[in-house]
Amino acid sequence: MGPQHPATHGVLRVKLTLDGERVVEAYPVIGYLHTGIEKTAESKLYHKVVPLTDRMDYLAPMSNNLGYCLAVEKLLDLEIPAKAQWARVCLAELTRINSHLVWIGTHAIDIGAMSMALYGFRERESILHIYELVSGQRMMSSYFRIGGLSKDLPENFNEEVQKVLDMLPSRIREYEDLLTNNRIWRNRTVGVGVLSREEALKSSITGPMLRACGVKHDLRKAIPYSSYDKFDFDIPTRTGEDVFSRYEVRVEEMYQSIKIAQQAIDGMPEGAWEAKAPGIVSPPKEKILHEMEALIFHFKIVTEGFHPPEGETYVGIESPKGEIGFYIVSDGSPKPHRMRVRPPSFINLASLNKICKGGLLSDVIANIGSVDIVLGEVDR
Amino acid sequence: MSYNKEAEKFIDGKFKELIREKSTFRDELTYIVDKDSIIDILKFLYEDEQFEYNFLTDLTATDWPERDERHEVVYLLYSFKDNTRLRFKVRLKEGEKLQTATVIWDSANWLEREVYDLFGVYFEGHPDLTRILTPDDFEGHPLRRDYSLTYEIPQFSYNKDEPPEVI
Repeated sequence: MGPQHPATHGVLRVKLTLDGERVVEAYPVIGYLHTGIEKTAESKLYHKVVPLTDRMDYLAPMSNNLGYCLAVEKLLDLEIPAKAQWARVCLAELTRINSHLVWIGTHAIDIGAMSMALYGFRERESILHIYELVSGQRMMSSYFRIGGLSKDLPENFNEEVQKVLDMLPSRIREYEDLLTNNRIWRNRTVGVGVLSREEALKSSITGPMLRACGVKHDLRKAIPYSSYDKFDFDIPTRTGEDVFSRYEVRVEEMYQSIKIAQQAIDGMPEGAWEAKAPGIVSPPKEKILHEMEALIFHFKIVTEGFHPPEGETYVGIESPKGEIGFYIVSDGSPKPHRMRVRPPSFINLASLNKICKGGLLSDVIANIGSVDIVLGEVDR
Repeated sequence: MSYNKEAEKFIDGKFKELIREKSTFRDELTYIVDKDSIIDILKFLYEDEQFEYNFLTDLTATDWPERDERHEVVYLLYSFKDNTRLRFKVRLKEGEKLQTATVIWDSANWLEREVYDLFGVYFEGHPDLTRILTPDDFEGHPLRRDYSLTYEIPQFSYNKDEPPEVI
């Protein structure tokens, strides 16, 4: 099956051994989209790696930016101003909704609910509009930078986000009306693709897949980053361990994300949106245009970069797919010695064989959808 | 995120002879241990009920070509009990083999294949040690520091006999 198959969400090839309609073994073959992002990062200055991270999980660019920036900021021991942190939280949650909307659309169209794809992408458009508003880009936003944001939030940011947040809950309820009690949907998902709690832990599964096995684990609560500890939200879990539970968890997560984003724009602090760190963060654009020293600083940062201390840091954040981690090894030079991405899709996909084994051939489609992979991140 | 001080004390005492180096940087605890004992240590921590470092978050490697022991294989563990991390490292010379961690975690399967593919570190006892991200007939290990990043034509099986012209 694959690599050119519409239900594999990219270029995934699965070698299937079948006994009639039953799957004996499913062996995923990956690497068709390998672009060597980790290798490329080793030859770039620290701040020039940010755009590379967008291109891994292209449905959740802001989450990737956030993970990378947090890792480098930890390496540099930088303090990030409150406004930047809250803006990051707000946008990271919108990113989660964005990713889940595409997931619900593509997953449902694979199983046969054609209209869901149209609805999912329709609502996603409004979030891409917010991306465009803040960064000028709809997909590869690169909005979070080392030390804060690339520029201040636009004046009408709160209003525009409020519009999206007002619109979303009723739309997500519509999806639930269409799917949750739909008999075809239930027949295709309940009890399909079971992955037990023990096996999930042994396979290092993270994210909604793990929470669908009844493990109440979310890095936003476990190791709070970017002031997530100041927000009030729940971690949805289910105990079904099947495709349907994963669907329920993700839908519930969208409601929680709306709640967090609402809190973020309601309490958005005033003040700086970039850390005060000369030599690491560029001076404000206004100053660069009018002051000689600022221009020199800017020039030095762009051409030479900065020298972080020798050492290594790992920061894992809760991306829509699971734990995305950035492990950065610095040898004191302005380029990372090693930038390792802990890819959630890659590790979750590794257990595809366990999920598919013994099931029907047609359920392989449902299973791949429920893992929620983005091949750009699996292959990097 | 800080590390568990009690676990640190415990590991310091328990595996005293096996630890070659220990470091903390930005509140992250790293041990460099003997390559032959790594699996025993990981297995012990996996079964241990006091600290429960039983979740393999990541398994990767770094490369230092100027060193005698050029490869560093990195294991990152996580404990659900107190939400802390613990990092173990093993240093290997070129061509030295390492015991596989697939006996403990299933996720080590793909992660070790990735390390083998991109760094050329061999894992003994691995059930399926083949290339994962690059094509099967790819030569070299791209994430080694001395692997060139400059323009090269990838040679796949379909064009092996007649390499395309460089423009």
